[in-house]
Amino acid sequence: MNTMNPTITSEAEMPEESIVPVKDERPAETVIEEGSTVGIPYADDPKFKLRNVEVFYGQDRAIKDVSLDIGRNEVIAFIGPSGCGKSTFLRCLNRMNDSIDICRVKGQLMIDEHDIYDPKRDVVELRARVGMVFQKPNPFPKSIYDNVAYGPRIHGLANRKSDLDEIVENSLRKAGLWDEVKDRLDATATGMSGGQQQRLCIARAIAVSPEVILMDEPCSALDPIATAKVEELIAEMSESYTIVIVTHSMQQAARVSNRTAYFHLGHLVEVNETDKVFTSPEHELTESYITGRFG
Amino acid sequence: MYLDDPTDADQISMADFNAPIINALGELIPGVEDRAAQRELSRLVGSYGANQIRDLLRRQPELLGTTQTMTFLAHDRVSVYVKHADNPSYSVRLSDQQIEWVDYLLEQGVIETAFNDVFFQSGDSREPSNAGILGAIVGSLLTMAVTLAIAFPVGVAAAVYLEEFAPQNKFTDFIEVNINNLAAVPSIIFGLLGLAVFIGLFGMPRSVPVVGGLVIALMTLPTIIISSRAAIKSVPPSIREAAEGIGASKMQVVMHHVVPLAMPGMMTGSIIGMAQALGETAPLLLIGMVAFIVEIPDGFFSSATVLPVQIYLWASSAEQGFIELASAGIMILLTFMISMNALAIWLRKRLERRW
Repeated sequence: MNTMNPTITSEAEMPEESIVPVKDERPAETVIEEGSTVGIPYADDPKFKLRNVEVFYGQDRAIKDVSLDIGRNEVIAFIGPSGCGKSTFLRCLNRMNDSIDICRVKGQLMIDEHDIYDPKRDVVELRARVGMVFQKPNPFPKSIYDNVAYGPRIHGLANRKSDLDEIVENSLRKAGLWDEVKDRLDATATGMSGGQQQRLCIARAIAVSPEVILMDEPCSALDPIATAKVEELIAEMSESYTIVIVTHSMQQAARVSNRTAYFHLGHLVEVNETDKVFTSPEHELTESYITGRFG
Repeated sequence: MYLDDPTDADQISMADFNAPIINALGELIPGVEDRAAQRELSRLVGSYGANQIRDLLRRQPELLGTTQTMTFLAHDRVSVYVKHADNPSYSVRLSDQQIEWVDYLLEQGVIETAFNDVFFQSGDSREPSNAGILGAIVGSLLTMAVTLAIAFPVGVAAAVYLEEFAPQNKFTDFIEVNINNLAAVPSIIFGLLGLAVFIGLFGMPRSVPVVGGLVIALMTLPTIIISSRAAIKSVPPSIREAAEGIGASKMQVVMHHVVPLAMPGMMTGSIIGMAQALGETAPLLLIGMVAFIVEIPDGFFSSATVLPVQIYLWASSAEQGFIELASAGIMILLTFMISMNALAIWLRKRLERRW
């Protein structure tokens, strides 16, 4: 499952600024040099090209000079202690932070060589391409069918009822939910179990045929069985979508992702192939985190 | 002059229709001969009894010369005597002779107490026994219709704008403070505003439901706006995020999700606002809806009065029969209030969602 689709540039080709900082014996006091990310943050022909990204909440700098590439059809996991900015960073990718008045985003954020934060850019079109699944399952209090059909309807993806039916069925199938709900598509979605609701939210995101799916801790509100199902789904979806997943569970990151990015206090400390991050992390902060010294 | 053609307008307006009633009573109570006693006897029946016979003859001229059994409303004083003879707070205004007759007729079963259906079928009247609440109910409904048609859309639109679209600046702060203050403005001030603006400036007619509805709409707006904003605020942000996350525009998020989900709360607030408006009297006094109106209003521009004003008019009347009517009117008004509040509670229970 962990086939590396993107070509990851080797460490030797990395730009000058990402020099490994000097190791310190006391991890808690490690000084992180801004914009210094160890590992392999860059890719050839990336889906997302993010350079020197900074995010401010009012005066607070929540994201500090982060540069990262996200490859096509890659599953990349963002991990890190609470408040490290991983969710904030994720939400920059489809401009979900726009609705927060005090939030400002600086730097260069490109999707397929187009600026995400171009003022002329149509946010609606961006979000149709970059779908999102949230921490808490948030189906609309409508029927299962209407939940999935809502996206295609507002984007005009189906002209006829039969087309819409097909989109709904395909999306539910891809989300592994079709067999469970095919007989009760008119039932209200809020009556489903938490795991089903979350998969419905994934189906809803898939229904508008996005290229990227952002997942913000999609399993944190689910039980282990539902979590396993969603993870399975992520593995299947990685064939056709670029997936960015924020997770609190290191095991989950290890199970589903190709690459893992470790955030710490707004810095992107290390990006590496997932196996490497969890077996031999390059940065001492990463090591402290995955061995459970803080987080 | 003798009535021989009921279709002749002159004849029918000249004819004495009290005579058959006096004759009929005279047959029941023999020995009433002189004119003064006959006049006393005729006053046992309400003053619209004669009209009743005339209207019947107008509708059915072929009944002329036949004998018919008809029921007449007793005079208000008879009614008070029959119902409240033992109650010291009512004074009986019948002569001893009349009391004797009434007691006799009661024994004979000629006078009986029945359900007052006239009350629900007619407008106001000078005679308590002929006065009804229907005119005021229709007036109230017409006024409420105007209020609802104006206050609900404007209130909801204002709430949606302030909550979803308005920029945060001094101007919107100012608007917000003013809306909250308007909710506390004494209602008579709104009446003065209606008098000055709608009647004075725009030249609208007095005493009509349209003006009453407009004034009460202005008064109800703050209530509706405040409750609608609370309803919008209670829509969980996760629903907004979900819609934004699949690319719904701001307008789509509001129209497809926020407003439908907030609608039960908005409706509850509006119904309670309307119930409050239904009981409003002061502003309507100033725009002339306090007039004595007999006709049942037949449109938004015909003179009307409303329930609380009707109660006020009856309660301040001299005739004792009106006291009963005022009490009945209060019960009707309370019934409306309770039903509207019950509807609001039912709607809230029925439509509220939990997340």
